[in-house]
Amino acid sequence: MKVTFPHMGHMWICLSAMLEYLGVEVVVPPPSSKRTLTLGARHAPEFACLPLKLNLGNFMEASELGADTILMAGGCGPCRFGYYAQVEHAILEDLGYKYRLVVMEPPQKHVGELLSKIKYITGHSSWWEVVRGIRFGYQKARMVDELERQANYLRPREIHRGSTDKAFKRALQEIIAAKHPRDLPQAGERVRKIMAQVVIKPRPVLRVGIVGEIFTLLEPFANYDLERRLGYLGVETDRSIYLSEWINDHLFLGLVRGLRSRKEACQAAPPYLNHFVGGHGQETVGSTVMYAKQGYDGVIQLLPFTCMPEIVAHSVLPRLSTELGIPTLTITVDEQSGEAGLVTRLEAFIDLLARKKGVV
Amino acid sequence: MTLKVGIPRALLYYYYLPLWRTFFEALGLEVVISRPTTKTILDAGLQNSGDDVCLPVRLAFGHVLDLKDRVDVLFLPRLVSIARREYICPKFLGFPDMVRHGISGLPPLIDPNLNLYRKDSPYPFFVALGRNFTSNRLAIYLAYRRAMHAQVRYVQLLERGLFPEQALALLYQGVAEGQESGGGGPTVAVIGHPYNIYDPYISMNLLSRLARSGVRVCSADNLPETLIREQAARLPKHLFWSLGQRMIGAAWHYLQSPDVDGIIHVASFACGPDSLTGELISREVRRRGKPFLNLTLDEHSAEAGVVTRLEAFLDMMERRQFLPVRESV
Ligand code: SF4
Repeated sequence: MKVTFPHMGHMWICLSAMLEYLGVEVVVPPPSSKRTLTLGARHAPEFACLPLKLNLGNFMEASELGADTILMAGGCGPCRFGYYAQVEHAILEDLGYKYRLVVMEPPQKHVGELLSKIKYITGHSSWWEVVRGIRFGYQKARMVDELERQANYLRPREIHRGSTDKAFKRALQEIIAAKHPRDLPQAGERVRKIMAQVVIKPRPVLRVGIVGEIFTLLEPFANYDLERRLGYLGVETDRSIYLSEWINDHLFLGLVRGLRSRKEACQAAPPYLNHFVGGHGQETVGSTVMYAKQGYDGVIQLLPFTCMPEIVAHSVLPRLSTELGIPTLTITVDEQSGEAGLVTRLEAFIDLLARKKGVV
Repeated sequence: MTLKVGIPRALLYYYYLPLWRTFFEALGLEVVISRPTTKTILDAGLQNSGDDVCLPVRLAFGHVLDLKDRVDVLFLPRLVSIARREYICPKFLGFPDMVRHGISGLPPLIDPNLNLYRKDSPYPFFVALGRNFTSNRLAIYLAYRRAMHAQVRYVQLLERGLFPEQALALLYQGVAEGQESGGGGPTVAVIGHPYNIYDPYISMNLLSRLARSGVRVCSADNLPETLIREQAARLPKHLFWSLGQRMIGAAWHYLQSPDVDGIIHVASFACGPDSLTGELISREVRRRGKPFLNLTLDEHSAEAGVVTRLEAFLDMMERRQFLPVRESV
């Protein structure tokens, strides 16, 4: 059995860590690229959202590398994501791919349901091993998130353009290279040293919160490397969801304490959005409110074309933006959106924020 | 003076009007329904909603605007879930908020949550709804009973082959303008969201156009719920959209039914659920080889284009009648 899974930013690092620790053979799909998207979009329904198209492309490319089993998350609606795996599988079958599909439905009641799914893939691992494997993957997610946060802080302040990203790449390799939980502390130490070498100077920066649909938030290929771009424009960014927070909320049912959680964001959404609407629609609205209250200079909402929960959120943002005095920009992505248009809109938005704040 | 409650002729109006209307009238309120869709109504909706929003919801904005200055309160229930472990569409969950923050100068909105995700009885919803108008629990209970009764009658009419407008006319005006059945012509199943296929303006008179060309038309709503659910249960995983259940279940049923000669799937441009259910339906149709037409509606759809495609489809179906049916693969 050779297991593959769809890409979502750096998620592959923690998933591979967990699976390989448990002795499962993993095929990581090639990083999402234009080719991935072209392949996926050709066979996906026209109005399916970008994540589905990229997933499909990932599976087709992973199959070229010998993958035969798909591991995917499920869901119980109302967002389409919960039915992706089944539709993607049907499309692949009709195309003649012979994939086995394993869907990890989010646990309804307790984490045991999740454990048993993972135990199923790994075959003979003991419960204890499975728990250790999950913990290992999760620890890596925490480290990657921390690294991303640091990079988002350093980028707008770095003296040598590109030095943050160079360090980031090296540091990421350290995390990837750790093959066992016991290697993590040293890896962490090396990551810290690498990142400490980035030279920065204190300067006024703009602060922008990025909210929206989880996949487009986490996958740089889907969002045109938004965080990096903003960093180079002199903007420090924060993202409303990081991978480890998502894992904790959705797979661990919030078991890990002390993390920012979706509950908080949802509670901040009324009176603009009084009910959950699936996906991260309510979090988008709530996080925008929170960023406004924390004095951020602006908020960018990211969503795939036709994403229903985010469209609902988008509908209430104009009033929120006026009432709380926080400028917002909504970026919709699909296989047709061009980079040039995005850059123009982004620069105009950042200009506006800079003038408003008086840092030019 | 009796209080006027406004109900937009949009979204699940086509499923639930008798339920809402009877309930309000039993409580002594006057029900005002927005006028049938016109260009003016649609344009107003388009102007007041974002262009990433789907046509049915933008149209619903138009119907809200049509009622805005004519009623004392607007009834916009938040339809979270109308069946166990199912939702409708994220946009139904957010609709009252979208309207509230998108349109200014609205009368008070009455937007209680209807959420049957974990419950079976809608009674608590009606209690919450009724409390807006009276504190008399008994009156609410009796109104609820009458409303449920009216709804059952309505559904029976649909299952006898009527379409919503006909059934409503029968219930409220006592007139039974029978469906012009296409004598001897082919039968076509029209599969789509009620607010797309039953709104004559939006569907460009699809149903009556078919009937006039001698086609007998049927839809998901002419089938009993149990049958639909049995069919939809063949999916690899429970589908969590109630409207999707209906569409898939009906499509599966009509695909196997020898009396149905072709299927028309009607979708909204950029509709999320349709993108997946439509995909599942068209894949199944291809396997079974029944004549199939996929119509996607948006605010720019031109009537001429739709008519041409419809004619081509009917021609194709006619030709197919003389050919042997392809075996399913
Ligand atoms: S189901 Fe489709 S058409 Fe209906 S509200 Fe949702 S996105 Fe719009």
